[in-house]
This record gives sequence, structure tokens and C-alpha cells, in this order.
Amino acid sequence: MSNSRQGATQQPQPAGKLFQFKLVLLGESAVGKSSLVLRFVKDQFDDFRESTIGAAFLTQTICLDDATTVKFEIWDTAGQERYKSLAPMYYRNANCAVVVYDITQSSSLDKAKSWVKELQRQADPNIVIALAGNKSDLSARRVVETEEAQAYADEAGLLFFETSAKTATNVNELFTSIAKKMPLDMLANPRPRGTGLNARGVDLNRDSKEVGCAC
Amino acid sequence: MDEQYDVIVMGTGLTECILSGLLSIEGKKVLHMDRNDYYGGESASLNLSQLFKKFRDGEAPTANLGKDRDYNVDLIPKFMMANGELVKILTHTDVTRYLEFKLVAGSYVYREGKIAKVPATEMEAVRSPLMGLFEKRRAKKFFEYVQTYRQEDPTTHQGMDMAITPMDAVYKHFALEAGTIDFIGHALALHLEDSYLSRPALETFERITLYMSSMARWGKSPYLYPLYGLGELPQGFARLSAIYGGTYMLDKPVDEIVYEDGKVVGVRSGSETAKCTQVICDPSYAPDKVHKVARVIRAICLLRGPIPNTDGVDSFQLIIPQNQVQRQNDIYIAGVSASHNVCDKDHYLAIVSTVIETENPQQEIEPGLALLGPIVDKFVSIVDICEPVHNGTKDQVFVSKSYDATSHFETVCDDVKDLYKRITGNDLVLKQRLTQEEEQKEMAGQ
Ligand SMILES: Nc1nc2c(ncn2[C@@H]2O[C@H](COP(=O)(O)OP(=O)(O)OP(=O)(O)O)[C@@H](O)[C@H]2O)c(=O)[nH]1
Ligand SMILES: [Mg+2]
Repeated sequence: MSNSRQGATQQPQPAGKLFQFKLVLLGESAVGKSSLVLRFVKDQFDDFRESTIGAAFLTQTICLDDATTVKFEIWDTAGQERYKSLAPMYYRNANCAVVVYDITQSSSLDKAKSWVKELQRQADPNIVIALAGNKSDLSARRVVETEEAQAYADEAGLLFFETSAKTATNVNELFTSIAKKMPLDMLANPRPRGTGLNARGVDLNRDSKEVGCAC
Repeated sequence: MDEQYDVIVMGTGLTECILSGLLSIEGKKVLHMDRNDYYGGESASLNLSQLFKKFRDGEAPTANLGKDRDYNVDLIPKFMMANGELVKILTHTDVTRYLEFKLVAGSYVYREGKIAKVPATEMEAVRSPLMGLFEKRRAKKFFEYVQTYRQEDPTTHQGMDMAITPMDAVYKHFALEAGTIDFIGHALALHLEDSYLSRPALETFERITLYMSSMARWGKSPYLYPLYGLGELPQGFARLSAIYGGTYMLDKPVDEIVYEDGKVVGVRSGSETAKCTQVICDPSYAPDKVHKVARVIRAICLLRGPIPNTDGVDSFQLIIPQNQVQRQNDIYIAGVSASHNVCDKDHYLAIVSTVIETENPQQEIEPGLALLGPIVDKFVSIVDICEPVHNGTKDQVFVSKSYDATSHFETVCDDVKDLYKRITGNDLVLKQRLTQEEEQKEMAGQ
């Protein structure tokens, strides 16, 4: 059994370097957070999907080049944001965040903006944030203009993509550009930020060491 | 909210969150509410503004304490026994994947006006000033007996049955000194007072064994502590529950538990009523269903640095056995610091607590406060320790116990198991949840 929670931990791999990051999804209910993850991780889409039960915690790996692999440990909200009940634990130690809105719901962009604010206030100051305007396939019902969201993203220093979990448009691009924006150089040393189980903590799953009686 | 649920849970303390998680995994439809806008109830960890809101009537936090987000101040002073039940529940449910733990750096005991380290290694035991040379030999014999004793194997009994022999008779048998008895009973078996002396020794043997196996697991001390404070524990189980479909509503006032024919049928908040067949809650949501069994005083102290005479460790437990300060109950001090992400680099946190015996509880914790060095600020609470009057099977409202004065979560886990049995009719059998990797493989195979 391996340990489970690592921050930006680098492990030497035969194929080059592997960087692992915690990525959180945020955004109003039904904007397509889980759908984006499903598309990214399993390349699937479901028109009538319900909240993922039992596995709102997935990993996916991106090879940036022969020498660099980025592994995202993806946290989905599991619906806890629905009644404003997301736990601080959720975005603690997040290295990157995808804040999602629905281009057919203008209120969802307002909500996305408030999440960005919250992250900038509470999360790691070095967090990489991407804004995703999802459901771009529904262009007939679009109410949020691309330029408007782009201007906001530029101003707030966010990556920005309009995506469709349904058609897969820009989904890989979104995650790849996050991977590219991660400060990998800064993480050249193992356990650069002192986060992660290996760096500081004990692994409860590890078998106990046998030590004689203390007294 | 106006929906039908199997179980409505009120209060997001650790007990409630573990049960919520376990029941959600089993497929129960769970609604989990809390009147506060934060997780954890009485077992929460608060940031500075929340702390000041709770203790200082909304006063703004003192400016020089540092950043709000650097603080996660526990309301209850507890650690996890490394080999205890909570660790088992955490690993079986794989809630460990959301959390990080650190060892508590040292365990100390107050003896004849001095602070002494509870030996963590053979070496430390040999050097320890806690016992003289001959006493060490006697104590060694005693510990060997405890370690080999098996209730089901009479060849290990040496003629004494621990299921009936009172503990003080065992001490006498090994001719242990009063100071050693204090040390074993309070610093190792973690008894809060001395009533155990006349009870069968088996209970104390089990406690000593738990302490020693926990100590042996990682060395240094028998305790673990979650980074970012104890409040991470309920949050972790709440996430487990949510992932298995549990619905969470914080900042939700609860106005009424609704009954029909003596059985619970729902919970009302304002004009909304959620229907259910069972309710689980902490004592504060059902004040008419609990009675007070004790009162505890807790002083959360902000310090400038590690407390004197503890080798500058970043975390510790210090026990002042009752006899040492002429009391009936021990005084406990739990200390944690910035290396656990519970306060900023320039501060240190300690909670001094004890079971109240007199009309002047502040006075009772003085011997503990006196050991801390300069205190920057102090937040004192006096809380009732409550237990449910009924077991809940009649009206299907199951009330948990308050967090007691013990220094660990063993009694919390007992309550969880007990509640689980009353709620479901079955014993709690922990099944190993798939790990992240296994889960993903399973999904890929579908
Ligand atoms: N047309 C279209 N529909 C989408 C897209 N992404 C998601 N949906 C649909 O939108 C609905 C909500 O998607 P989810 O992925 O469950 O949304 P969510 O943000 O995870 O919602 P919560 O878990 O409730 O917070 C589902 O019916 C999806 O099929 C998209 O790109 N295009
Ligand atoms: Mg979802």
C-alpha cells in the first residue's frame, strides 16, 4: 500500500522526472466539474450523469516531454460546495485549481470569480489557477462572451480556456497548459515545499516497526 | 432540504462525521447539518477570527498574532494513540489519503516539582531520573509480567487472575513505590484519577499495553497529530461521507426534531423540514436528552515558544498526576506548534485542562499554567461533559457523548462503535476500503 497524499513531490523515474500535484475543481453545481474530470481521466462523457459516488479522487498523468511527467491528483468537490459547505481541507495544499463556469449561465461566472478570490485569500500563494468556460458546445445558448471572461482572466492572472466536456474540445489543452505552467524549475529538488507525507509526516498504512519495550 | 433521508446527522464533530461516513458507505442516504459555518463542532480547529468570535464576542483578533490562515486552534486537547482505534478507522476507510500526520515529539510527566520525560527507549529508561536503580529492576519485572500476560493463557498468570485481582494488589505484589504507581497509572495507563486501583487490573493492563505498543510503533511518543489541527479529522470523514453521496449543509440552524407516535420523522430548519427515520446528533442539538456527568475546564494558551524544561520540543503531552498537586483529577497539558500548521512561526499553543472539582476552576489549572512560561493570550472555557439519558432505540434519536477529559480518542471510538450498534443493530466491522489506485483500476475495468 502506498502513501496517498503528496504535495509537489518529485520522484526519480526511469523515463525522467515525475512531478505530482494536487489539483482541485471548483465552481457552481452543474457547470460540469465532474464531467471535465471524467473526460480528462477516462475520455468519457455522460449526458445524464450524477455525482460520482465513491471515487471523487482521481489521478491522471501527462507527459510534457520525454524527460518530464506530471501527475495530477484530482479532487472533485463531491457536492460539498452545493450548500456552501466545502471544507477548508479541500483546497489546503492545492498546487493548482480549475475554476469552472458554464457559458450558458452568467451567474456561474460570478460564482467562479468568488472562488478565485477565495483561493487567492486562503490557498497556497503559488497556486496556479485556470478558468474554464465549460459547455462551449452549447454556443446557441451562450450568455457569457469569450472576450469578457478572457479580460477577467487576464486581469486576475488566470489561465483561460473555453471547454466542452461533451465534445472534448480544449479539455486536454486545459490540463496540459496547467502542467506547463507549474513552476517545475523551482521544484528541481526533492520535496521543495516541505509538503507531503514523505517530507514531514508518518504513513499510518506503513507497518509498525518492531521496537522493544520502552521501560 | 425538503427531502426524505435515511439518517439526518446534526453537528459535524468527529463522532458524527465518522458515523456519517460509515453509513454513507453502506448506502444510507445521509443529510449532515451543522449550525456553525465551520466543520468540527466541539472538535473543530478554529482560525483566529473564529476563535475570537467564539471567545471574545466577535472582537477582532489582536494584530500582532499574525495571519488568520496560519492558525488552526483546537478546542479540545486530544492526540491520537498510534496504535489506537482511531488509526484503525482512518486506515480502513482510507481517510488517511486526505490527511498528514506527525508524531508528537515527547511525553512528559510532572513529578516532585520537576518535569520528567516519559522514557521512549530502553536507553532513556535506564537514564531516567524517574526511578532509582532498585525500583527500576522491580518495575522491569512488572512490565515483563504485563507484556507476557494473556487472559486466555493461564500459564502466563503466575497464579494471579487479572480479571479479578485489583490493580493495587498487583502493585503491592511487585512492591512498587508510590511515585512509580503514580507514573504507571497516570502517565502510561492514562487514568485521570485513582478509582482504578480498586478495579480489576485487566483494564489497566490493556491501557499500559496500548500505550507501549503505540510508543513502539514510531518511537518518541505514543501520539500522532494531524497537520492543520484536529479539525482535519472530522473534515476528512465528512469528505468520505460526501463522496459516498452524503449531503452537507453548514451554517444551518436547527429548530426542531419532529416526532410522530414517539418516533423521529424529521428535522425542521425554519420553514423547511427534512424527513428521516433516524437522527444522530451531538448533545448540543438535543439538550433535553442528555445529562451532565462532569465539568471540564480548558485553557487554550498562546505562547511565545516551547514551554520550559521540555527540551524545546515542537509538541508534547505533559501530565500532572493528581497526587502531585493534591487533587482528585490529573491536569493535562497538550502542546503543538507551527510545525503542525496550527499557528504562526512566532507562537506556540498549549491547552491546559482538567476535570473541575471546586467552585473555582480557574484556580485548579494554576499548577499547569505555571509551567508554561509567559502566556501571550488565554481563552478559557468551562464545558459540561454530557451523556445521553436514553440509548435512542425507542425514538431513533441517537445522541453522542461530549468529548471527555481523556488525552486521546479511544473513548470517542468506543462511543462511535456503541452508537453504530444501536443505530444499525450490527457490530461495526471495518472493511478495508479500496485505496486510490485500486479504486481507479476498478473504475477502469468497468
Ligand atoms: N452540453 C454539455 N453538457 C455538459 C458539459 N459538461 C457537463 N455537462 C452536463 O452538465 C450536467 C452537470 O455536469 P456535472 O459534471 O455533473 O457538473 P458538476 O459541476 O460536477 O456538478 P456538481 O457535482 O453538482 O457540483 C450533466 O448533465 C452533464 O452531462 C458540456 O461540456 N456540454
Ligand atoms: Mg460533480
